[in-house]
Amino acid sequence: MKNLQKRTAALAGLALLASLGLTACGSDDDGGDGGDGGSGGDSSSITMIPKNLGNPYFDASTAGAEAAAEEFGGSVEEVGPDTATPDSQVSFINTAAQQGAGAVVVSANDPSAICDALEEASSAGVKVVTFDSDTEPECRDIFVNQADAAGIAAKQVELIAAQIGDEGEVAILSAAANATNQNAWIELMEADLEENHPNIELVDIVYGDDDDQKSFDQTAALLSAHPNLKGIISPTTVGIAAAARYLSTSDAKGKVALTGLGAPSQMKAFIEDGTVTEFALWNPEDLGYLAAFAANALASGDIEGAEGDTFEAGKLGEYTVGADGVVVLGEPYVFDAENIDQFKF
Amino acid sequence: MSSHTLTRPPAPAESSASAARRVLGGLLRSRELAVLLVLVLLVVVTTAKSSNFLFGGDGWRDLLVTPSILLLLAAGQTLVIITRNVDLSVGSTLGLTAYLTGKLFIEVPDLPVPLVFLAGLAFGALLGLVNGLLVAFGRVPALVITLGTLMIYRGVFLEWAGSDRINPSDLPAGFLSLGTDQLLTIPVLTIIALVVVAAVGYYLHTSRGGRELYAIGSDPDAAQLFGLPVTRRVLAAFVVCGALAGLAGVFYAARYGSISSNAGRNIELEAVAAAVIGGVAIFGGSGTVWGAAAGAFLLVTIDRALPVLGIPDFWQRAVVGALIIGAVVLDRVLKKRQERRLIEARDQS
Repeated sequence: MKNLQKRTAALAGLALLASLGLTACGSDDDGGDGGDGGSGGDSSSITMIPKNLGNPYFDASTAGAEAAAEEFGGSVEEVGPDTATPDSQVSFINTAAQQGAGAVVVSANDPSAICDALEEASSAGVKVVTFDSDTEPECRDIFVNQADAAGIAAKQVELIAAQIGDEGEVAILSAAANATNQNAWIELMEADLEENHPNIELVDIVYGDDDDQKSFDQTAALLSAHPNLKGIISPTTVGIAAAARYLSTSDAKGKVALTGLGAPSQMKAFIEDGTVTEFALWNPEDLGYLAAFAANALASGDIEGAEGDTFEAGKLGEYTVGADGVVVLGEPYVFDAENIDQFKF
Repeated sequence: MSSHTLTRPPAPAESSASAARRVLGGLLRSRELAVLLVLVLLVVVTTAKSSNFLFGGDGWRDLLVTPSILLLLAAGQTLVIITRNVDLSVGSTLGLTAYLTGKLFIEVPDLPVPLVFLAGLAFGALLGLVNGLLVAFGRVPALVITLGTLMIYRGVFLEWAGSDRINPSDLPAGFLSLGTDQLLTIPVLTIIALVVVAAVGYYLHTSRGGRELYAIGSDPDAAQLFGLPVTRRVLAAFVVCGALAGLAGVFYAARYGSISSNAGRNIELEAVAAAVIGGVAIFGGSGTVWGAAAGAFLLVTIDRALPVLGIPDFWQRAVVGALIIGAVVLDRVLKKRQERRLIEARDQS
């Protein structure tokens, strides 16, 4: 009996510990402030709400939005939660609506959790633009999409073809085998290779599960299994970084080309040591820049966000709103030794 | 492996020839050798298919260095399993320590590397101590406790790291090169791991404390009644297991260079699998760290060899699973046969 009590006590202690750990995860999102700066009802005042603050990726997108605001003569204010939890953006959206912002530009932490707040803001006359990560289509006016699948696939094939002289064996290092976006890109790349690059043979597709260790070991296995491999495409930031790390320590460095979608901060070392020459990703600065122009066009009544509407976006040129209110930024941006130092995300 | 639990009946006088045969037979029946044999076979077959699996500069290095992390975990796990416990938290411990290693280097870029190894060991030991205290004093099944700490440690890790990650550019080149450095063509990490395995093996095989671990695992109640320091020994086993997981975390940082909050996820199951394949009985009391080490080598090498042999990704896990079940069934069959023999021997005398 005594033993049982002890056991219960220990389990209760464990449960307590576990719950402490859990609550600690959720208690961080009261730090931001939305109190200052709202100039009230001004059509060109834009509130940027990234997934979380202190994230270099969103620092870049906000910088882009600020540059845009300077050009069209508006103001941009950035507010947001410290952690990217589903409902942490709600209070910031509400505050922006109360202050009468012209538009909110949100990267949604959750496709539906912030919908109510967005709809409320919308009925108060605030225009809603999502960028980077969308909500349900009915909750916003426009979604500024960083890239479409066809553009991503085509750019990666173009890069690898240029790097290996348009012939030889290549392989793909993907994320999880059931990752929808990855598989869509892979399908498009396969079709592109077959149609336009008959001398490139896709010999293998392996899955690193977006896990550093697994991607690293899979790269080693690829090189071992295919001695004649000329190039690897890794359309995932984790995969390309792990593959670059393996290649940089391997005899195959400089002999096997590597490209794909990568984050500049992770790839910088490998661009510098020559393991990788070029890789792609969208430019978050351009993304924020375009989102701000879209928000301005909506707020000033130039467009309504319907399919076929067109608006000017400064240096990026003219954009047309597509089906479901989606605006596509364009081709992925290519990073190389020349420009990688400019990016901090 | 059963020689640890059963004392042999006094052998009748025998000729040296039959003694030699018995030794040979024992060797052939030993699990350690069987696993090694499978390992060698695997390497030979894979090398026949693709010669750079063994003979390429990278091939030889990867063959030896890739298992080093699992070697450490399997050695620690063996200590714990032998006492009829299990430590499922080692994957989280590894991840946390790997991240700590990265953070240390970000804070103090020119920290001496040996100091970082010590920090990893100490931090791992601390996490192991928590497990050990809860298991040894709480008398709660280790499976439950370490499942709890597995989640708590991972939760702390997620909270600490968030979406942040350590990149190779954050780590000093001298530390990263440890991941590939070789001494007489043998990778440094492998040498350290093998020294650890040898030390643990020697301790288990020869020292009083090591033998007591077996006794505790064979029959915890009897060990208690006999006056063995059960609590202390179990506690120590968990601390060492945690420390080795911490060391493995430092290895992870040196080898892979990038550490995100999912580092080391699920590797605890591989550590248990390595031990079981190597003949460490999951209910404690028998098995050797040599076997677990061979099991770790085999598991990792299978993972690396199957893609070369052209077996798709999806089947690799199934093969490992079959191996685990096969190992346990083999144990069962061998044990049955031995029991029958012993009974026959008793009936004859």
